[in-house]
Amino acid sequence: MRIPTPARRGNTRRIFLRNSAVAMVGVGSAPGWLQRALYAAEAPAQRQKILVAIFQRGAADGLNVVVPHGEKAYYNLRPTIAVPRPASASGQREDAAIDLDGFFGLHPSLAPLKPLYDRQHLAIVDAAGSPDPTRSHFDAQDYMESGTPGLKATHDGWMNRALPKARGKVSPVRAISLGPVLPRAMRGDEPAIALQSIDGFQINDGFQINDGFQVPNAEAARAFQEMYTNAKDPALRATGRETFEAVAMLQSIRGQAYTPAAGAQYPRGRFGDNLRQIAQLIKAEVGVEMAFADVAGWDHHVNELGGRASEGQLANLLREFGQALAAFWQDMGDRMEDVVVVTMSEFGRTARENGNRGTDHGHANCMFAMGGTVKGGKVYGQWPGLEPEQLYEGRDLAVTTDFRDVLGELVAQHLGTPSVKGVFPGYVPKFLGLA
Amino acid sequence: MRNRAALASALCLAAFPGISVYAGRNNTSDARRFFKQLPNDRKIQQAMNRLTFGPRPGDVQRVKALGLKKWVDRQLHPERTPENPVLETKLRTLDTLTMTGSEMVRNYPTPQTVRQMVQGQIPFPQDPDRRLTIQKLVARAERKQGDLNANADADANAATPLRDLVTPQEARALRTGTSQQRLAAFLALPKDKQDDVLAALPQGARQGLFAHAPPELRRRIEMANGPQQVVARDLMEGKVLRAVYSHRQLSEVLDDFWFNHFNIYLDKGADRYLVTGYERDAIRPHVLGRFRDLLEATAKSPAMLFYLDNWQSVGPDSPAVRGRKNSRGLNENYGRELLELHTLGVDGGYTQKDVTEAARCFTGWTINQPQRGGTFLFNQRVHDDGEKVVLGVKIPAGGGESDGEKVLDLLARHPSTARFISKKLAMRFVADEPPASLVDRMAQTFLKTDGDLRAVMQTMLGSKEFWSEGAYRSKLKSPFEMVVSAVRSLDADVDYAFPLVNQVAQLGEPLYRKQEPTGYSNSSQEWLNSGGLLGRMNFALQLADNRVPGVKVEAARVEAAKVEAAKAGRPDDPAAGIGLGSPEFQKH
Repeated sequence: MRIPTPARRGNTRRIFLRNSAVAMVGVGSAPGWLQRALYAAEAPAQRQKILVAIFQRGAADGLNVVVPHGEKAYYNLRPTIAVPRPASASGQREDAAIDLDGFFGLHPSLAPLKPLYDRQHLAIVDAAGSPDPTRSHFDAQDYMESGTPGLKATHDGWMNRALPKARGKVSPVRAISLGPVLPRAMRGDEPAIALQSIDGFQINDGFQINDGFQVPNAEAARAFQEMYTNAKDPALRATGRETFEAVAMLQSIRGQAYTPAAGAQYPRGRFGDNLRQIAQLIKAEVGVEMAFADVAGWDHHVNELGGRASEGQLANLLREFGQALAAFWQDMGDRMEDVVVVTMSEFGRTARENGNRGTDHGHANCMFAMGGTVKGGKVYGQWPGLEPEQLYEGRDLAVTTDFRDVLGELVAQHLGTPSVKGVFPGYVPKFLGLA
Repeated sequence: MRNRAALASALCLAAFPGISVYAGRNNTSDARRFFKQLPNDRKIQQAMNRLTFGPRPGDVQRVKALGLKKWVDRQLHPERTPENPVLETKLRTLDTLTMTGSEMVRNYPTPQTVRQMVQGQIPFPQDPDRRLTIQKLVARAERKQGDLNANADADANAATPLRDLVTPQEARALRTGTSQQRLAAFLALPKDKQDDVLAALPQGARQGLFAHAPPELRRRIEMANGPQQVVARDLMEGKVLRAVYSHRQLSEVLDDFWFNHFNIYLDKGADRYLVTGYERDAIRPHVLGRFRDLLEATAKSPAMLFYLDNWQSVGPDSPAVRGRKNSRGLNENYGRELLELHTLGVDGGYTQKDVTEAARCFTGWTINQPQRGGTFLFNQRVHDDGEKVVLGVKIPAGGGESDGEKVLDLLARHPSTARFISKKLAMRFVADEPPASLVDRMAQTFLKTDGDLRAVMQTMLGSKEFWSEGAYRSKLKSPFEMVVSAVRSLDADVDYAFPLVNQVAQLGEPLYRKQEPTGYSNSSQEWLNSGGLLGRMNFALQLADNRVPGVKVEAARVEAAKVEAAKAGRPDDPAAGIGLGSPEFQKH
């Protein structure tokens, strides 16, 4: 075993700003535009810092995502599904790990992220996870989203608690999740919005289409708004109010074709679509502070990789994942200076492959943090090793960094929330120095 | 514009006389409300809300006439109620619902299966019409092979171009005008050309014919879209039709509950052809039977064995692998979910060791020919026949197939299982946070009756808590419940259910497509969000305005609803003038 030394960084660290595209947001109908102008007038002059959280549901196999190719035990434990060691400098084999620092390497499907790592905008935290021993997907996701491992009674999520308490007028879309349900991480006292698509986020009758976009039904919208304003059920009343405020806020960007900047190409599928829409919302300057998207399908108990490491279920999913993150980076351009994207998954998988060229539920995993101001180009965390006596309960990578250390630092240092005490009750995050 | 909004807000469900306040969090005053009895007319409403997919016009009166107690008892014995003949007629066209897995594989083949038929590895279907259809697919496949000799996956879609099949005038007629006009143009074509034309049309144009097509043509359109999709569509449409039309409503609600409890993701490989039989043969017959039977039916179903990978799990020291290197081995996926999700619950008192030991017991429980319809098979050669200890109970060596059965015995009778199942049922039927005293009594019944699920339901339905203010309209409907109850409330006719299936998916609950074994949450909170609410309101507008394809609402019904609201003197009272998109309608 050895502790990898981080890649050395140069003295002058400059943000690599490519394709400084101006947000291409059309000026829509007057009321929405006015509302945005009003919001902008009351919002702090300083540009808003934004945190985007990505949840990989199903427990991604961190050991095959960030591959400890310098560890002999890794290859012993995984005779058929290990990612081969990086090729020599002469040529990059497409099936081999992409070396990061001589010890860790990225899965070959994550090649689009390597340039970001090299430019020090991507930080990796390895052997990160929850101190709770559960190997239940449901419980582990719940704990990671509530931010309180082991405590089931917590009613709200860490992202909701991390929203700065409102001073004056706040945007109704300050916390926004892409998908049909509001994730646990965003539930709580502060308004948070779930939407499946920007275009569909309005009252329409699914009937009239203009230039490919739905035409809103203003009369019905007013009627519904009144009903929900007067709803006797407090939860429906509150959600109804948040909804109609957000609908008004997004009015000016609906019905506008969106072209990602700098030729960014999001992969096909829900995850790519969702990141594209998050980019669109952020660039529209409607006051987004927190965004959330998830990507499912990481529970690879059988045939995790194909005959080659660049093939098979995990390889395909990672390709989509890496392409989407890279496209988001490219699309956001300069705006990435204010944005950090952080990724997580409920737990890792067994260090040893199981009987079906897959892996079972394990413990520690890896996390990514990507952003203009992230101190990247480095794998953070203490490597616990994969020898039998180093494994957690004799089978899994041990957790050496609490996931709240990473999230807590981003909340405190990036978002600038003065106290993270209330965000992660009962825990004092230890900062790694990546934000 | 027309008064759509007014229409929606005036859509009245006179059956909902009042509402209660949604209980967000538990407190003592909430607890007391579970002991406050509902007046009699609200008891009927409560029964409609929770034991059916929402009342149809006239249902409340019918229950009143019959007597609530008698009605509940009938719902608990569904075999005593004749099924709705309308439903039976509608289900008849969905022919995969009664097929075995292997029949489905042959009649609705994937492109790969078509290739295997060509190569003689799988026989053609027996039905002459179906055989002809498949032979056409084969002919197309061969033509494509000849043309390109490439890309095997595209075979089934390789079709003769439209211009070789019809005149330019006919082609134009197929693509212009209203959907009725296009359909008429299609039906005017010679019958022997129609299937080829369907195959040649772009998918959008093909889909455009759907809305007004008779059932038989719809099936041919689906065949042209891809035969393997028919199985999934039948399954989903069947679920919606049953929920809308069945006279055995409680049975359907329970089917939804138990499928979700033993959730399987339809799109995982071979499961596309296995889930139909799973729901029909493993879930439905047992929802009011013994839990132990239900548990074993799921454990031995090829669908579950495939979904949670047990079919591939191999005893590390079994005869098949002894002494070999790099051979297959143990897979603990099923073992874990069996304990956590199907029986004990995550806090039910088991350890990682119990998971591994249970997984050892189930080695050898596998599938005979999973890709061809699949049946259960015990394979002694991959079974770990050593001694195991599960939850402190020794399972002696040499038990073979019975090892797994002993684990099921142990789990089905475990107090943690009784509690876990009772609580989950109470969450679905009573309240998001059901009173502990009720859960206790249900769990006692579970243990006393050896897991008789009808008896557990009887305990719940005989309780004060079920018929209380605390339970009444305290839950938010799931998307499936919302969509079906809206259709029922308007007595709408569902000619073709797929648009409703899509609607439920858009609201966040794609049927048979919850990827995780947890299933969907039974808690209201899961469905409370802005995007979902907007989706519900939009659906309400479309339905009330008769613009959901395949669903017909009588305008008179909408008018009658408005009149009833006005007659009741509550045209402006949101509790009375309920639109389907209103806050009140989202609850039950």
